[in-house]
Amino acid sequence: MNVSEKVLEDILNKYPTKVKRNRKKHILIRDPDQDRQEIEANTRSIPGVVTNRGCAFAGCKGVVLGPLKDIVNIVHGPVGCGYYSWLTRRNKARTDQPNKNFLAYCVSTDMQESDIVFGGEKKLARLIDEVVEILKPNAITISATCPVGLIGDDIQAVARAARTKHDLNITAYSCEGYKGVSQSAGHHIANNGLMEKIVGEGEMEEPPGKYTINILGEYNIGGDGWELERVLTDIGYHIQAVMTGNGSYEKLKNAHVAQLNLVQCHRSINYIADMLQVKYGTPWLKVNFIGIRSTVESLRNIAKYFGDESLTARTEKVIERELAEIEPQLEPYRKICSGKTAFCFVGGSRGHHYQGLYEELGVTTVLAGYEFAHRDDYEGRRVLPHLKPDADSKNIPELHITPDENRYRLKISPQRLQALKQEIPLNYYKGMIEDMNEGTIIVDDLNHYETEEFIKALKPDIFSSSIKDKYITQKMGIPSKQLHNYDYSGPYAGFRGAVNFARDVAMCFATPTLNYITPPWKGKPLLEGAVGPRSSDPGIKEE
Amino acid sequence: MRQIAIYGKGGIGKSTTTQNTVAALTEMGKKVLVVGCDPKADSTRLLLHGLNQKTVLDTLRDEGEDIDLEYIMRDGYGGTKCVESGGPEPGVGCAGRGIITSINMLESLGAYTPDLDYVFYDVLGDVVCGGFAMPIREGKAREIYIVASGEMMALYAANNISKGVMKFADSGGVRLGGIICNSRNVDNEYKLLEAFAEELGSRLIYFVPRDNVVQRAEINKKTVVEFDPMAPQADEYRNLARNIDGNDMFVVPRPMTQERLEELLMTFGMLDSL
Repeated sequence: MNVSEKVLEDILNKYPTKVKRNRKKHILIRDPDQDRQEIEANTRSIPGVVTNRGCAFAGCKGVVLGPLKDIVNIVHGPVGCGYYSWLTRRNKARTDQPNKNFLAYCVSTDMQESDIVFGGEKKLARLIDEVVEILKPNAITISATCPVGLIGDDIQAVARAARTKHDLNITAYSCEGYKGVSQSAGHHIANNGLMEKIVGEGEMEEPPGKYTINILGEYNIGGDGWELERVLTDIGYHIQAVMTGNGSYEKLKNAHVAQLNLVQCHRSINYIADMLQVKYGTPWLKVNFIGIRSTVESLRNIAKYFGDESLTARTEKVIERELAEIEPQLEPYRKICSGKTAFCFVGGSRGHHYQGLYEELGVTTVLAGYEFAHRDDYEGRRVLPHLKPDADSKNIPELHITPDENRYRLKISPQRLQALKQEIPLNYYKGMIEDMNEGTIIVDDLNHYETEEFIKALKPDIFSSSIKDKYITQKMGIPSKQLHNYDYSGPYAGFRGAVNFARDVAMCFATPTLNYITPPWKGKPLLEGAVGPRSSDPGIKEE
Repeated sequence: MRQIAIYGKGGIGKSTTTQNTVAALTEMGKKVLVVGCDPKADSTRLLLHGLNQKTVLDTLRDEGEDIDLEYIMRDGYGGTKCVESGGPEPGVGCAGRGIITSINMLESLGAYTPDLDYVFYDVLGDVVCGGFAMPIREGKAREIYIVASGEMMALYAANNISKGVMKFADSGGVRLGGIICNSRNVDNEYKLLEAFAEELGSRLIYFVPRDNVVQRAEINKKTVVEFDPMAPQADEYRNLARNIDGNDMFVVPRPMTQERLEELLMTFGMLDSL
């Protein structure tokens, strides 16, 4: 069932005029006959609208820096920001070096009132000394919380001094929560820091393997990255660095040697992908390892880039083997899932990626959107030249990268790059809209009210989003599957991940527990009252 | 107990005026507590004969929360109680938050004893952020006096401060008690200040003339009232103290637009040259 313009108008009409005007630009009904459909994205949410978004600090420390396992991520601020960004994203990691996995630690300066009044720089410097002494990490990052920016602690200077003092890679990120319109700003700030101060710090000059790649924008949620590594390594790729799931400073500092960068989450990592291209001449390829067809296509595209017959043959062999393994496992789940509909509202890439996997299970996505993506994630990178910088985007420094004098290498000839671009998404992402069916809804920054209304209008069989909106939909009797952190499951990526996802989703359909419960307020009223005072009410006397 | 906050443009003479007024009030037998709310911690220098005061925030930092009032409160000229809030070095931390912390600290330590007739808050410069508005928020200081002169920027600051007072008038119950002119010998200064105060809905509570004895007393780390009690300037401060003591006109100010302020200056400030 599709939503007509009329239904959409009815939903929006509940808003005050200004809010309606704003929200209308963030919602589209897909019309493939139009060459391009514009959507507004990456603008400020309306206060009180109950958005799902997070802050710049969450994007920087929580998303991009957090998963780096041999690094101690210091949170400079009052203790809450550190505590609530501690191990909340299910980004898994295994250590290569004993005693060098710091993901289980929460390290914060725990600023107190007197640190706010007198400044927290000295306390931060002392904490760095302690961290170096006790934990001996391979590197340290410092992420700023809101008060740090307000009182003007110069964390960059503290990091510089500590770097010299300890002869250790120590970087600071001015990712105060109030910067930008969502966590997206924090991704950019983290990308800048990693690019400027970590990538290229290593000594490596030549790629260590014949086909050396980096995987960008893969955060190893529920072990996704491990499933990809299993397949990619089997084919013959050497994975130099993963940004940043199960990633490490040790690998990241030599990321410059890779011959190709794979971009899984375009939104959070495209900045660094572009900068690596400019500085080291490494092209990037947009991949999608969610869903079987997309995984197969991505593997073939990587092989195409390297253009090696034996690699292509090996790729096909692995694909064949994997498909043979999973297809029989998927069959029973498909029977349960077939004919269902889904909402798919996730952060910056999964809102797009998971539609393919759903489709393979027979589930149609009727509404999709991103929490914090930009217009290029919806409309494709062709829209980039038309984006105008605003006050919020100007708040985040744009690095001016130039080719590295010693390490810039042409990985493939410009002619071949051009030819390949016709075939595979090299340095390009087409965006979500193009892949969506006629009449489906695309919503940017979906909020609480719209969630409820669209569920009422479209009656999806499953709602896949995040922890914040999970329970309101479940209470409406709609099963909910978190796609930010996979609830307690995963991996969902690659071949075997698809089976896990099919199993979990089928489970949602087969046991719609909440539909069996009649909430108490449906049977009898919870409150009873009368209009006007009654003499029997205690404390009310009849005049 | 009357709690009074003195605001005004930086360098206008708030601390000097406050301390001289306080000295004159003690002569009248009043018991006064002076709380310096400037990170420079020089608001009680003339009463204490030098900067020999450990600030609330420094004490808090060095000794922790468990401190006694004696650590931070000193007796000054004429039995005045003197406290300096203190604050971070320039360019570091948050001085505004420091003032909030230290006033809360003073309250919890019981600095505000019932025998006090007056508490004076001497606040840094303009109301630059929420912290510096602390004395007028939450009903700490109920009376505000703004020190100004006939100079344009002093009036501009005074008008801005009035905006702050108006903002907190409803919630904190704060009122403007008047404008104190600390004369800079600007043309037609008395008339200008009188008109300015009237435009705000308030009044010029006193016009303190300029006298070099103030400078000499300052060098000797004393108020004029103490340094040269017979000087005519000491009497000026006594008159100011008397006017404040007898003041019964407390208003919610009506700050003016920039255009109106400039009009006032044109009308009064340039009369002589026309």
